[in-house]
Amino acid sequence: MTSSEGLHVKTYILLLIMVTFGPLGDVFLGKGMKSVGAAGAWAPADIVHFFARAFTSGTVWLGIGLLIAFFIAYTLVLSWADFSFVQPASSISYVFVALLGHFLLGEIVSTTRWTGILIICAGVLLVGNTPPRTTERV
Amino acid sequence: MMLRVAVLLLFVVCCSTAGELCITRAMKAAGEVKSFHPRELLRVFGRAVRIGWMWTGLMLMMVSFFAMLAVLSMANVSFVVPATALSYAAGAYGSRVFLGERITHLRWVGVLLVCVGVALVWQGKG
Repeated sequence: MTSSEGLHVKTYILLLIMVTFGPLGDVFLGKGMKSVGAAGAWAPADIVHFFARAFTSGTVWLGIGLLIAFFIAYTLVLSWADFSFVQPASSISYVFVALLGHFLLGEIVSTTRWTGILIICAGVLLVGNTPPRTTERV
Repeated sequence: MMLRVAVLLLFVVCCSTAGELCITRAMKAAGEVKSFHPRELLRVFGRAVRIGWMWTGLMLMMVSFFAMLAVLSMANVSFVVPATALSYAAGAYGSRVFLGERITHLRWVGVLLVCVGVALVWQGKG
């Protein structure tokens, strides 16, 4: 295996971890925060109270755990691949978020929103065809 | 309510993109991860946490995360998460200016499509 192929394989393995754990984390955060209730007033005491309630939710913590796993994979991949490659390539996760939001949380996703999400993915595919690194190693 | 969601989303996008750019700069300075052996990972993370950009990035990501929690309490996750894709435009510009990455024409077209998609997601918030 050439070093370029190796670079691509390890990049795609970490991208797969990112697009699985990221959306799951977001969906659990969304579910947890909905049970906490909408943030209302913006006085400092209200904000503290709001976040105190948020961090007593087990679902929020589950979401945070999944997002930490996502973040570790993300940080590792950024040590060699371009940010402007990794960020768009991971945006397939928007489809997963919408699917999970619909099937796990019962959110209604309109046709316009699906169209928007698919156009986002088309953008991702375009960007994904460009090389993972354009800068020299430091 | 929608204005508040819009302002918070913009805040999330700005802070998370700035944070990611700082973390990328720190990780590039820390050096490429050559193997996933725990000792190698610890070595790279050990170098990364001694770089100031890493801490600036982490602070920005944390602020963005708290704002994200507030938005998620007000709007659906299938709307909020795609809307944060606005960070693509900010990310492409920032990675060129701040990290010296070359953005090919094809990447710009992709970024533009992503922005059109976000606009539609916003329209279809129903």
